[in-house]
Amino acid sequence: MSRSFTPKVITANALLEGDVIYWSPEGTWVRTLSSAEVFEDEAVAQEQLLTASSQPAVAVGVYLADVAITDDGPTPIHFREEFRTRGPSNYAHGKQVKLS
Amino acid sequence: MYQYNDFDAAFVAERNAQFRAQVERRISGALTEDEFKPLRLMNGLYLQLHAYMLRVAIPYGTLNGAQMRQLAMIAETFDKGYGHFTTRQNIQYNWPKLKDVPDILDRLAEVEMHALQTSGNTIRNVTADHFAGAAADEVEDPRPTAELLRQWSTDHPEFQFLPRKFKLAVTGSAADRAVIRAHDIGIQIVEKDGEIGYKIIVGGGLGRTPMIGKTLAEFLPKADLLPFVEATVNVWNRLGRRDNKYKSRIKITVHEHGIDDIRARVLTRFEQIKPTFKGVDRDLFAQIQQNFDAPAYRNAPVDAHTAMRLANPAYASWSDTNITAHKNDSYAIVSISLKKHGATPGDASADQMRVMAELAETYGHDELRISHEQNVILPHVHQSDLPAIYAALREADLATANIGLISDIIACPGMDYCALATARSIPVAQEIAERFDELKLEHEIGALKIKISGCINACGHHHVGHIGILGLDRAGVENYQITLGGDGSEDAAIGERAGPGFSAEALVPAIERIIETYLDVRSEKAETFLQTYRRVGMGPFKAALYPDSKASAA
Amino acid sequence: MTVIVTDSGFAADDWNGGFCTLDSLPANDCAGVDLPSDAEPEDLRARLDGLSLIRVDFPSFADGRGFSIAAELRRMGYKGRLRAKGHVISDQYAMARRVGFDEVEIDDALAARQPEAEWLFRANWTKHDYQARLRG
Ligand code: SF4
Repeated sequence: MSRSFTPKVITANALLEGDVIYWSPEGTWVRTLSSAEVFEDEAVAQEQLLTASSQPAVAVGVYLADVAITDDGPTPIHFREEFRTRGPSNYAHGKQVKLS
Repeated sequence: MYQYNDFDAAFVAERNAQFRAQVERRISGALTEDEFKPLRLMNGLYLQLHAYMLRVAIPYGTLNGAQMRQLAMIAETFDKGYGHFTTRQNIQYNWPKLKDVPDILDRLAEVEMHALQTSGNTIRNVTADHFAGAAADEVEDPRPTAELLRQWSTDHPEFQFLPRKFKLAVTGSAADRAVIRAHDIGIQIVEKDGEIGYKIIVGGGLGRTPMIGKTLAEFLPKADLLPFVEATVNVWNRLGRRDNKYKSRIKITVHEHGIDDIRARVLTRFEQIKPTFKGVDRDLFAQIQQNFDAPAYRNAPVDAHTAMRLANPAYASWSDTNITAHKNDSYAIVSISLKKHGATPGDASADQMRVMAELAETYGHDELRISHEQNVILPHVHQSDLPAIYAALREADLATANIGLISDIIACPGMDYCALATARSIPVAQEIAERFDELKLEHEIGALKIKISGCINACGHHHVGHIGILGLDRAGVENYQITLGGDGSEDAAIGERAGPGFSAEALVPAIERIIETYLDVRSEKAETFLQTYRRVGMGPFKAALYPDSKASAA
Repeated sequence: MTVIVTDSGFAADDWNGGFCTLDSLPANDCAGVDLPSDAEPEDLRARLDGLSLIRVDFPSFADGRGFSIAAELRRMGYKGRLRAKGHVISDQYAMARRVGFDEVEIDDALAARQPEAEWLFRANWTKHDYQARLRG
């Protein structure tokens, strides 16, 4: 199965702030994609997805998102996920503020 | 303007207390996200791409200076210093935190505002002609009717869990500035043999299956409004499809059952419901109407305006585009453009909101309106005050002279904010506006409405844009489909798809080709884009859009 | 087990008249009937006098058809007990009462998650009611 499996991260929005969050290797929610755990095995990803989804008081709308593994760490494959790492494109007032 | 009575104030306070408790219960786990979601939606709170979004109702688009100031205060205190005015005459805050929302709602209540029913499967904020009460062509001010409907629909126990959302719009003029034919129910105030009544249009809507509304009642006596609308929503609540959200709106119900069948059902239900209204609603309507008496118009010479027009070409140009005739000859309706070239359509900073509030208080009988075209209106301005208003607007970067022109674009938030989006819309609007500003063609082109949506839900009304743009996701890349010939007015029409979509890079050049074609084939300068399109059809535009495809030229 | 919610809070079910379905109603002499959320209240018009309890199903709290069904039964003149059953949440209690339901029947799991106090919080449903003001 894993031969055609695209690497993935687990992502959601934080219940209290609504901010985009990612599931980290430590089993906690973090705010940047670069700190997210990347899953290359589907079974592990599904199992962690269950764990991550069992915190309804922290995270809302938990799902798996495709990433590519690059020298700079995971980067989103779909443009929607790319926007989620940065914030809106009309003003620099989302996550991009802290990233730059 | 309508002012809350004790009942309204207590109602909103009670609802806010309930929502505060609901937020606490969500955080504590007593409510699941599935259960909380419809409750937060009923209070205007969405979870979007990057954050929560709070949509605040501006009922029928009317507000006063103090309310606008409070919106500015909220933008600064709880958000990132700006707000976004929407096509449903609401304002959206893009960055509130969940725990702050109950406080924001309390602050809104201080100025008689709320976020009730701005989302969710319920009857939404009632919209109206943004020139209501000022327009020269009005049969009657639509706002008292809209306010009556607001009160009737607020917390209506039967209609909080409908198959889908339900939108009402009211206009008092034959010239439709409220897009009533694209609403679930559109209401036009009409006069017949000296009697005022309502024409009721049902089943209009955009989205995946766009439809122009059909006439449900040609002339409804005023007294029958609430039972008739209630009967209509009741019929749909029972009949509307709940198995597929793309088929749940009343436009599909009307389409599947036929307008005659729906009318028969509504009339049967109406007979049953009518006796439950004992006439108190009519007394209430009369009271509401008193709140909307015309302001005390000033009698003064208007020379200042005429002189300034001669002296200052920029002022003349602004007053050509941004001013509309008022029913009082010495007055004018001022449209403040929130479409500066290159800016985000519909956004206003807290400072700009305060400037507009101040202008309304100083010169505008303390009235402001939000238009569905995402601009702000000062509905009652004495013409002698126009030069001072223009100067103040220039200072605040609000004097763009482009109302009704190519850069006065409606754009939904699209993928810059919206969780449902398939592509961005704001950057498209920005690029088109900047490009045509650069070409200095805007005034030459004349009246033209471009409307952009970031997904098939069509919040940007693209189907009724003279040029409509729909952003889609084609295999992970943004792609834009163009429609031509749409019209949101009393001659409402759904735009026709021009052909295959364009990439983000190819889109602005494609729009340019459309415009070049128009300038080329119009019979005279006075023939608008829409008139030209209606005369010559899709052919020449298609040929310009797809020059390589021989078939399209045929 | 289920819990019956009224304005005075939680109680055990005191109805022992049983329930028929719409189909089995004509053949039996039932005092209670179960209506699904897609029922047509008109079908009951001739039988309303013989019924003491009508129970309307809410398969999901998002399915609001039951509210319209209740309103229609009341408009048809039904005076007996009217009960909403199933996935109704405490936030809907006021709506249920306002359209004419007397009580709500929920299962124990829902009652545990949404305890009595949350329902009693909405027992003031006669207050702040726009419909009452508009209809007179
Ligand atoms: S049209 Fe689509 S992208 Fe635009 S605001 Fe509506 S739902 Fe969001």
